[in-house]
Amino acid sequence: MTAQPETLPARRNERSEPSHGPATPRRRSPGGGWRVIADKEFGDHILSVRLFILIAVLGLAAVAAVYSTTAYVRDNAQQAAGSTGLFVLLFSASSPSSQIPPFTTLVALLGPLLGIAFGFDAINGERSERTLPRLVAQPIHRDDVINGKFAAGLAAIALVLVAIVVLVSGFAFYQLGIVPGPDDIARVAAWVVATVIYVGFWLAFAMLCSVVMRRAATSALAAIAVWLVVTLFASLLTGIVADALSPVPADATLDQQVANAQLNLDLSRISPGELYSEATAYLLDPTTQSVGIILPSQQPAAPSILPFEQSLLLAWPQGVALIALTVVCFGAAYVVFMRQEVRA
Amino acid sequence: MRAKAIRGDRGERAERAQRADGGGRPDDDGRPERTPHQRSEREVDATASVIRARGLTKRYGDVLAVDHLNLDVRPGEVFGLLGPNGAGKTTTILMLLGLSEPTDGHAEVAGFDPTRDPLEVKRRVGYMPDDVGFYGALTGRQNLRYTARLNGIDRRDVEGRLDALLEQVGLRDVADRAVETYSRGMRQRLGLADALVKDPSVVVLDEPTTAIDPAGVAEVLDLIASIARDRGAAVLLSSHLLHQVQQVCDRVAVFVGGRVVAQGTMRRLAEQMGGESLQMEVGAQGAPEEVEAALRSIDGVREVERDPHDTRLWRVAGARNLQPRLAGELSARGIGVWHLRRIGDDLDEIYMRYFAKEGPGDDSAA
Repeated sequence: MTAQPETLPARRNERSEPSHGPATPRRRSPGGGWRVIADKEFGDHILSVRLFILIAVLGLAAVAAVYSTTAYVRDNAQQAAGSTGLFVLLFSASSPSSQIPPFTTLVALLGPLLGIAFGFDAINGERSERTLPRLVAQPIHRDDVINGKFAAGLAAIALVLVAIVVLVSGFAFYQLGIVPGPDDIARVAAWVVATVIYVGFWLAFAMLCSVVMRRAATSALAAIAVWLVVTLFASLLTGIVADALSPVPADATLDQQVANAQLNLDLSRISPGELYSEATAYLLDPTTQSVGIILPSQQPAAPSILPFEQSLLLAWPQGVALIALTVVCFGAAYVVFMRQEVRA
Repeated sequence: MRAKAIRGDRGERAERAQRADGGGRPDDDGRPERTPHQRSEREVDATASVIRARGLTKRYGDVLAVDHLNLDVRPGEVFGLLGPNGAGKTTTILMLLGLSEPTDGHAEVAGFDPTRDPLEVKRRVGYMPDDVGFYGALTGRQNLRYTARLNGIDRRDVEGRLDALLEQVGLRDVADRAVETYSRGMRQRLGLADALVKDPSVVVLDEPTTAIDPAGVAEVLDLIASIARDRGAAVLLSSHLLHQVQQVCDRVAVFVGGRVVAQGTMRRLAEQMGGESLQMEVGAQGAPEEVEAALRSIDGVREVERDPHDTRLWRVAGARNLQPRLAGELSARGIGVWHLRRIGDDLDEIYMRYFAKEGPGDDSAA
């Protein structure tokens, strides 16, 4: 360290030279803090082990699902010839004899894991690495930290999903020689967007956990627990609540039964999984006209195929509801984080 | 609000600074030979200080973490915030950075109020937190680059700056290694470089020397001194290890239980805390009774006792500057003196004495 005094004047001279710019460094206008954070976080995600694990797990599941579906699609290709939905069927259909669920079901099941994986240690990870005090002492707003991390997580999720969808499409093309039409591409693209929003909800939820809980392991566990409860027990819970609020006696009238079913459905729409599966049904199945309760008298005589725009219109409320749920989680994470002390 | 009143009246402000600087000790005025100089110094303080706190208070529930703190730090000065763990040093620093909101009082850092303009303050203040952490998977240079980008420093300027900083803290050779391979001392030095990335006018270092080996401490202290000397930046550092920072600090404030119990230059502090009395350790060869009699016969000696741990040593308390007379008297009586040391003037001992005297929670002092 005795060399210090010699190096210092040299440095100062360098700085006064025009090639090294003015003494005070040039600065960007403020306001881009979240972008810098998003940049760095996205870089971290791309190189992270978890990204490769997730791509591997989801990729394998996707290939298995689509492989079993291809056989089914091939057998039914004759009937379906001429209809536009063949490519889309690859994603949403599964052969009745197969144990493997369709690709969309797998994504609905495993997608939350993707969101949780990129969010569960967003803030408490910074705490345990002890980088948070240093980070918030930089001239950025505190919400930039959350915004940047959310943007980076969402980008990583979109990357994984698009990669897998492209993989599946390539597989379909190779195995069946199906060339998607514009309507197919639009449907799949809209579905990918809906999926990103759905997984984005879980990302926001996992980030909320990472703000509230000081340890990454606890936060991951909490997020996964909620995911399991929502996935496995939501329908049980809504059924119980619906029966309590709108009982169906043994000699129930049709109206009572419909009321009960309607309440059950409304309650289940609190769950993001339900909203997502409804959106998926609209977007990937052109024959879906309603996911609500349809009495036999209301059933259309012949199933008609809706154009993409109509399907999109039907899925719109579900999409908006999903975004609203995401915003609620995000807002909660934001409020809690703003009120927290920097020191652990 | 109180802060407004202070701002409006410069005279009152200087007076408050005066009262604050003496730690409110009544014996402050008992030193007329120093007062004029001190006062003029303080009046400069009030206008030129880059860190100024008036009545800064932080309360967590019932716990008063920081109690009406007054602080002035000038450019080019190293100011030490000294105190045991839990004295409120980190809380004070967080309030000065706008990372924690004061319950009461007012602060001004680099010309801005940290509560109202935290971004402006953070743009000008380099901060190294206690137990500084970095992203382990990134290299030292990448970590610094991230900080530079968060500060909005133009890309064209970044690399040259980082090279210079890494050179300055002696990490150039390891700059492209992942930080997780760094030793504690290296991380600490990287922390210093990180605090300097934004070319700050104020540098705040929380426990910069904790948990590094003595050689590392010397290096870090050298660096800290050079920050104040060569950049003209104000350095505020906190520490609980007084003997480590006493060599670099121009002024210190001793912080106990959220309150400043003493403030001033090292020398003034020593005088303030040591008082007129002085303790000496004497090692003498001879019959214990003779030695004791000899020691007691010296004019000015108030107390003589055997050292409880080493029977060959004596502890003598008395007026200042007894050493020559002690040695003279003992050798005149044919007693060999093999050891003679002044104790109690070392700041560490003063510091310890302070804690013994006014431990946390004791409200009668100051």
